[in-house]
Amino acid sequence: MNGTSGSMRRIRALIVKESLQVARDPSSFVVAVVLPALLLFLFGFGISFDAARLKIGLVLEDPTPAARDFATSLTNTPYFSVREATDRRAFVDDLAAGKINGVVTLSGDFAERLARGDTAAIQLVTDGSDPNTAALTTGYVQGAWQAWRAQRAVGAPAPPGGIEVQPRFWFNPELESRRFLVPGSISLIQMMIGSLLTALVVSREWERGTIEALLATPVGVVEFIIGKLVPNFALGMIAMMVCVLASIFVFGIPLRGSFLVLTLFTAAFLAVALSLGLLISTVARTQFLASQLAMLVAFLPGLYFSGFLFEIASMPAPLQWFSTIVPAKYYVRGLQTIFLAGDIPAVILPTGAVLLLMATILFAITARNTKQRLD
Amino acid sequence: MNAPLVRIDNLTKTFVAGAPAAIEALTTQIRAGQVTGLVGPDGAGKTTLMRLIAALLTPSAGRIDVLGLDVTTQGPAIHDTIGYMPQRFGLYEDLTVMENLRLYADLRGLPDGERAATYERLLAFTDLARFTDRLAGALSGGMKQKLGLACAMLRSPKLLLLDEPSVGVDPISRRELWRMVYALIADGVGVVWSTAYLDEAENCAEVIVMNAGRVLYQGDPKAMTAQMAGRVFQAHGAGEERRALLARALADPAVVDGVMQGEAIRLVMAEGCPPPSRETIGAPPQTEIAPAPPRFEDAFVAALGGIPKRALSAPGRRDFSNGSVAPVEAKGLTRRFGDFTAADHITFSIRRGEIFGLLGPNGAGKSTTFKMMCGLLRPSEGEALVDGLDLYKAPSAARAKLGYMAQKFSLYGDLSTRQNLDFFAGAYGLSGARRRDAVAHAIETFDLAPYAKTNAGELPLGYKQRLALSCAIMHEPPVLFLDEPTSGVDPLTRREFWAYINAMVGRGVTVMVTTHFMDEAEYCDRVALIYRGQAIATGTPAELQASVRTPQRPTPTLEDAFIALVEARENGRKEAA
Repeated sequence: MNGTSGSMRRIRALIVKESLQVARDPSSFVVAVVLPALLLFLFGFGISFDAARLKIGLVLEDPTPAARDFATSLTNTPYFSVREATDRRAFVDDLAAGKINGVVTLSGDFAERLARGDTAAIQLVTDGSDPNTAALTTGYVQGAWQAWRAQRAVGAPAPPGGIEVQPRFWFNPELESRRFLVPGSISLIQMMIGSLLTALVVSREWERGTIEALLATPVGVVEFIIGKLVPNFALGMIAMMVCVLASIFVFGIPLRGSFLVLTLFTAAFLAVALSLGLLISTVARTQFLASQLAMLVAFLPGLYFSGFLFEIASMPAPLQWFSTIVPAKYYVRGLQTIFLAGDIPAVILPTGAVLLLMATILFAITARNTKQRLD
Repeated sequence: MNAPLVRIDNLTKTFVAGAPAAIEALTTQIRAGQVTGLVGPDGAGKTTLMRLIAALLTPSAGRIDVLGLDVTTQGPAIHDTIGYMPQRFGLYEDLTVMENLRLYADLRGLPDGERAATYERLLAFTDLARFTDRLAGALSGGMKQKLGLACAMLRSPKLLLLDEPSVGVDPISRRELWRMVYALIADGVGVVWSTAYLDEAENCAEVIVMNAGRVLYQGDPKAMTAQMAGRVFQAHGAGEERRALLARALADPAVVDGVMQGEAIRLVMAEGCPPPSRETIGAPPQTEIAPAPPRFEDAFVAALGGIPKRALSAPGRRDFSNGSVAPVEAKGLTRRFGDFTAADHITFSIRRGEIFGLLGPNGAGKSTTFKMMCGLLRPSEGEALVDGLDLYKAPSAARAKLGYMAQKFSLYGDLSTRQNLDFFAGAYGLSGARRRDAVAHAIETFDLAPYAKTNAGELPLGYKQRLALSCAIMHEPPVLFLDEPTSGVDPLTRREFWAYINAMVGRGVTVMVTTHFMDEAEYCDRVALIYRGQAIATGTPAELQASVRTPQRPTPTLEDAFIALVEARENGRKEAA
């Protein structure tokens, strides 16, 4: 028999075998389908850094028309749930008890201050015991205040003096954290399928002793590896499709870049994840060890150092240096760009190149460490 | 003489530098058209040698030629021409029988034109045609073994390597496999069969007997057995005294080996020694001593230098000989799992100071029965009593009466011998001076002192087994349950283990054993044969053997009896259906 056609036939047989096993094995199904769905929904719905409906106490010491107008604008935004009173003492206990996130006070001379163009026309007291929420509350109240001022300024003469900072958030105007959490979680899912599943299916062959029977047939190690990679690559791509569809239709996240670029970019990342999985499997010969190693080497760095949950710039320098070797960091950066900004070559090309380089290095190490025999 | 298929020349394999070699300076040949047995205890190096021949491992030194190909440089070519069945058969349990066959046909490059005929031939050969759509994981041990063999034979290899094919397979399937292998060698295939069961050696045309990486003997097993002619004897009629008699006989330096064989004891004499007499072994007057035909195992133990002559101090200090109630009783024990009845009204009663065996193929229901007797599984119906106490009405009182030694030795591998003993003493509620005393006594009786600080996981097998036994009897129970205690254990370690058990039984301890090994069954006073959830026969090994005696088979072995009784049962079922 012709050597090449024999080899193709063996690879095809291994791929068929692997696919049947994936289809029948609950653990592959869990890693490839249940886990991604769970992660996606956890990050999409469960975790959110947005404070929808901050609870605000509003004190109107003198309900003048101007004060009433600002109060209405606060109440009408979706960000606040507002309770009104005429004395700030009404809210002191609630703020201390954490029942409300902040107290906005419009003093009795609000109208005069406003007329003078005084910058400190309103006062905001927040609960500093929860700094994150306090900062959010401050930001949103400031935003609401500036929006209201800007509205009133239309047609009126510009208030004298002072430069105002008017922050604008491009690409994610509503600052919805879901929009960057979902692309981030796609990277985790790809890592799980690429590394964890690959390491698991190879170590399973060791654990069940089937690798011995395989290696005693004409199957070569390269054929064996291709037989493992192809189904998992396909699985990763399917998971990506599911994630992208869910992102667009369930979470309402725009895909501003092209699908082709997204696919190619994901393929590059999957190549890294698969090589990493293979590398793990050259060391781990039990499924337990394989899953522990995959968690440690692939999943956790992807979670902490990809920049989608924790700001890398605010980490200590050594950790920032470490993050440069975490492949997920480059994938997340590219993915967020493709989703929220579009196909920006200045981002996609360098990050894609880093991913391909990483895949090459990992694959070379794996190829050198993979043994043709049992010892 | 056939030309050799495999030539092994001065082969050495070392896994860790500095550690003892797994195979040391081995030179041998394997011929076509016959079964070559690779025989030896666990850890002798059988699997390593198999893998080396299959070009799955690289020799550290020396050379192996397989069909004229060098294993170090021509591995792929060797894989193209041999069939290899690893331990556990190398099957994908989540693929069906047919999918496994197709996979290996593709991997081995079976041409399309030959497929249909090959599948048909192999499925008929292995009798698996009815099960092609069943998942391999759902097959019985015997069926898995046949499928593994079929996968290894897809391209009619010239050399077939079978690594411990009979482990976990009941005697009936084992016989069928031998029948299939004989059919293959008639076609000129060379078969290498590795095994820890010495009785299988007698089926081989040639054996390579290994121990600790070295060859002890190579040649015709019958010639090795024949060396023992005139040295093997059986003593009948010692009755209740036979265990004590065995212990006394072994004290005689002329006796190199001695085992129980049902109601008889079997003695092997050192070379050139006169036959034993009632006087030399201290036998009671009614005992009759007669020469017996030697077995391969006799020769094997003699080649290893005989049974170790270590003075045994009796484990345990309490005597349980005087008790009124039956120590272990099963009354109509039944366990159902859904529609399936795993144990169906099993009833037996074990007498004090008796060794009772639950014998049966895998999946027959003996483990279910055993678990109910240990209080680990609640019966659907019936009662399990230990020393008259119901295991489900008075669980802790009943369990305090029994010691349990699991098949896989439930020891903590990363604790030392002493720490394991301390732990189990504590687990049985011993504390302070009583605990120190019990641990010291265990170390003394089982001679564990040299390994007191060694982690249990690193102990030699024999010591691991002693430690497991000493942990199980830390609280000096009157009843001891053993789950396949000496499966896969070399004959010397097995003899030593049973010597301890015999000493305990001598002081009235009652023992229940589950096993599918005939060797273990021969140590039993009585056995219950469990098949399809029912006890189909109960009696002494001699009674069971007598029940299947026919003119064609005047001296059936216990294995013959087992197979005949199961087949009779099967035929009865078919007629009834």
